[in-house]
Formats: sequence, C-alpha cells, structure tokens
Amino acid sequence: MRKGYLLIIALFLLSFISLFVGVKNISPLDLFHLTQDQQKILTVSRLPRLISILIAGSSLSICGLIMQQLTRNKFVSPTTAGTMDSARLGVLVSLLVFPAAGMLEKMAIAFAFALAGTFIFMKILDHIKFKNTIFIPLVGLMFGNIVGSITTFFGLKYNLIQSISSWLHGDFSMVIEGRYELLYISIPAIILAYLFANRFTLAGMGEDLAVNLGLSYKRIVNLGLIIVAFVSSIVILTVGTLPFLGLIVPNIVTIFRGDNIKKSIFPTAVMGAVFVLFCDILGRIIIYPYEISISLTIGIIGSAIFLYLLLGRNAHEN
Amino acid sequence: MKTKLIILVTITAAIITLFLFIDMGGYWGYILTRRLNKILAIILTGSSIGVSTIIFQTITNNKILTPNIIGLDSLYMLIQTVVVFTFGANTLTMMNSNIHFLISVGLMLVFSALLYTFLFKREGQNIYYLLLVGLILGTLFSSISSFMQILIDPNEFLVVRDSMFASFNNVNTQLLLISSVSVVLIGLYFLRFIKYLDVLSLGKEQAINLGVSYDPVVKRLLMIIAVLVSISTALVGPITFLGLLVANITYHFMGTYQHKHLFAGSIFISIISLIGAQMLVERVFHFSTSVSVIINLVGGLYFLYLLLKESK
Repeated sequence: MRKGYLLIIALFLLSFISLFVGVKNISPLDLFHLTQDQQKILTVSRLPRLISILIAGSSLSICGLIMQQLTRNKFVSPTTAGTMDSARLGVLVSLLVFPAAGMLEKMAIAFAFALAGTFIFMKILDHIKFKNTIFIPLVGLMFGNIVGSITTFFGLKYNLIQSISSWLHGDFSMVIEGRYELLYISIPAIILAYLFANRFTLAGMGEDLAVNLGLSYKRIVNLGLIIVAFVSSIVILTVGTLPFLGLIVPNIVTIFRGDNIKKSIFPTAVMGAVFVLFCDILGRIIIYPYEISISLTIGIIGSAIFLYLLLGRNAHEN
Repeated sequence: MKTKLIILVTITAAIITLFLFIDMGGYWGYILTRRLNKILAIILTGSSIGVSTIIFQTITNNKILTPNIIGLDSLYMLIQTVVVFTFGANTLTMMNSNIHFLISVGLMLVFSALLYTFLFKREGQNIYYLLLVGLILGTLFSSISSFMQILIDPNEFLVVRDSMFASFNNVNTQLLLISSVSVVLIGLYFLRFIKYLDVLSLGKEQAINLGVSYDPVVKRLLMIIAVLVSISTALVGPITFLGLLVANITYHFMGTYQHKHLFAGSIFISIISLIGAQMLVERVFHFSTSVSVIINLVGGLYFLYLLLKESK
C-alpha cells in the first residue's frame, strides 16, 4: 500500500513541477500575484499540457492493461497489435478523401480504422495454432507493418509522408487551449472500463471458464476492443504516437498487483500519468530552452525498461 | 525436380529478355547498359534476400518470419537520416558512394554482431527473444529517425524519403562491383554450410543428436544472413516482405526439404518477382510508386493469407 501513496505523491509533485517548467519563467510564488501575461500562459499552454499528459498517459496505459488481459499475453498493446498503425491509415484516408473534415470527423474515421485493425488482429490470433508468448506480438508487429505499407503507398503517391509523420509524432508542445479538448471524450470510455473491470478479469481467464461463470464472453471482448480503439485513435490525433506506454506500465503494475483488473486499474492509470509526466519534464529540461519530443524520450526510456523486463523474464523462466 | 528448375530457368530467361528489349527506341547502347545494371542489381538483391530468408526460416523453424525484422531496416533508415540531419542533403548525394556503402554495411554488421553476442551469452536463449529484442531496438531507431525527420527541411527530407524505399532506378555502378564481389565471396563461404541445413530443419535437438555442433554453426549462419541482408539493403534500400513472399512461394512450388533445390528455386523466383514488380512500376505506375511498396503490399497480403491458411 505504501507504494500506492508514493505514486500519488509523485503525481502531485510532478504535476506541480510541470506547471512551472518552460521558457517563460513563472515561479510558484508568482501564483499569488499573477500578471496578465503569466495568467495567459498558464491557461493557454501550461494547464492544457498538464491535463492532456495526465489523460493521455493514464488512458493509454489502461488500454494496454485491457488488451493484455483479453489476449492473455503480456506483450500485446495498441502498438504491438496494429491498432496504432490502423489509426494512422485512418488519418491518411481522412486527409485524402475528406480534406475539409474537422477534428471530430477525422477522429471518427481513425476510430473506424483502428477498430477494424484490432478486430482483424484478434481474428488472426483466434486462428493461429502456435501460441508462443513471444510469437504473438511478432505477428502483431508484422501486421502493423503491412498496414503501414498501405499507408506508405498512398502517402508516397500524394506526397503526404512528411506531414503525416510530423502530425502523428508524439509531441506535447503543440498542445494548447482549443486543440486538446477532444481528449476529454476518452474519460467516459475509461470510466466504462473501470465499471467493467471485473468482467475483463474473468474474460482473461479464457473463454471456457468465463462462459461457465456466466459471462457473455464475446460481448465483453468486443467492448474491450472498442474502448481500446476509441481511446487510441483520440490520443493519436491530439497528441501523437506514444510508443511502449501501453506495454510497460501495465507490466510493471501487474508485477506488484497481480492480474485482478479492478485492483490494478487505478495504480495503472496513476503510474501511466507519472511516467509520461516524468518523460515530458525530462524532454523539456535536457536541451532547455528547446524541447525533445515526448515520443523520443518515451521511446528511449521505454525500450530500456522493456528490454529489462523481457530479459528478466527470460532469466526467470529458465 | 529437374523439370521444375528448368521451368523456372526458362521463365527467368524470358522475363529478363523481355525487360531488356521491350520498347527499345533509339539509343539502344545507352538503354541496354542501364537496363543491364538494373538486372545485375536485381539478381544480387534477389538472390541474397531469397537465400538469407530460407536460412533464417530453417534456423527459426518458422515459415512466416524474415531476417529484416531484427531491426536492420530501421537502422539503415536511421543512418541515412542522421547523415542528412547532421551534414545536410548534399553530403548524401555528393559523398563517395563506396564510403557511404561501406559505412552503412559496417554499422549494420556491428549492430547484428552485438545483438547476437549479447543474446547468445545468456544460457538457454530462445531465438524468439533475439527477434523481439531486435524489433524493440528497431522501434527505438525509428522513433529517433522520425524525430529527426520532422526537424529536417522539407527539401532535404525528399532525399531521405528516396532512401526509405528500395529502388532499382538509380543503381550505382561502382557499388555493383563491390557488392557483387562481396556476395560471391560470402556465397563461397556459405557453400560449406549447405549440408547442415537439411539436418537443422529437423529441429535443434535432432540436429545435435545427429552430430551437428549446433551453436557455432547457427552463429556462423546468422552472421552470413546479416552480411547478405546488409549488402542488399545498402545497395537498393529496404524491402521487408520480399523474403517472406519468395521463400513461401519456393516451398510451395518446389515441394521439397532439400536445401540445395530450395536455394536454387528461391533465387530464380525472387528474380522473377523483382523484375515483374520493376516492370509494373515502369509500365503501369509510370514511376509514381516504388518496387518496395508493391512488394510489401503483395507480400503483406500473402503473409495474412498464410497465417489464416495455417490454422486450417
């Protein structure tokens, strides 16, 4: 339980720091007599940034948790199951076919593609005989590559590669008032995930057992996938790709908390937020006054942690 | 078996002649040399990718993996991006192509050697761990290069973009010489190992039982794969799914487990598919797309088909 409190303290501390790190100097003491300029910076840039980090970090981690439970594989996450790549293809299609579409329409198209991609991945999983834990994420990544090659085909044809990759590159520096509000829509999805947490836990015990216990297995799996695709497409549109997040955070939390989702969903959310906040602040400090984008810092720290988990598990199994 | 090989040889010869002599117009001396260069590049990359994939699939005992997925493609992209990012696009175009080629190949080899030694040091390693670790590093490389690609000036990005896709349109004649020599040398070295592969395809335990010293042989084979893949990638650019496509068509068409036949078949089949894709790019798409995009698309769909078929 101690660790839980530590996490929450870290969350508040980092959020507080995050508000006061930036090119324009604002110190905590200024809070009592803000000039108009400082007030504006806080409401237009710093607060939206903090809020979007908290929402994106926690919701993506929860998505990873749900996916790992449903596929019963610790290495599956939106990035290793083709969800992110499909959402990216959706964004490309929306750019090509409906160039005038607003954020909501783009999100709807990206969501449809992400959902379709995730369902295809689950169908593939159903059909594969050889269910090695390591093999399944490999299949997911190959599947993601294929979807990616379709995106490249059209992106290359219409000269959209650089604009897509810069748009979907994870970066919080572009988050300002008026551009991040879409993220709020993912909060109801996360609440839904919390309400159904017990059923996801049961579904994770396998179809036979779940059905025996009176669960409508198919419906729960579909609900989980819909939540995952929905949240991933919102995050990819507003913030960009955050690699590894849905993979690492749930893994660390389940090491301490076990596989009961009801118990681990809250720590996962807090841990995800803390992790993203930490990476973001780091990226803002290292080459101050410039910034390193979040997907790079998460990519480096995340892959180090992931390799550690992977090799640690390898040693444990032998 | 002989008839099948003869069929393949005839098709290959036919498609090469078609490619060389279609739409000649005037200036046939100029056109012919350019097309011959393309053919040579296609033969080099096709045979190295086909052979390396079959070796890799025999070692891993799995028919839907390709050696490219251990992150070599992303590393290649990272090298190109870093060069353009730090020295500007002119450097990449002006740089002595031999040096550039050697640097790219060298770095990719160092990477694979590090990966192999790191993983083989651990007791009881599993080849899938090697792949997953390679994939993760690949993701890391591509997130670094995508970060740089955003900062690059759009005009310079075009240069990076060109190297993102394999293309036979501007093959460098100087590079052809170096790479043919190295591919031939590595091929000669590889001849000694062909006899082990039939045994290796029985699985690790069986192979050891039958007297193959498993670890040293597999290590050498993995190094051969790394050299072949690096050379072909540095010569034309990454074509991730070519190996997958070619190897599986080969197993299906040849219907044998003898590797000498498989290798011969895979070389011809990859040449046929590359020339076919190149002709599609030239005649149907009028250079608006690239060979690797077509191959990845077809290969990717074929991969999905294989996955679903395997289950039945």
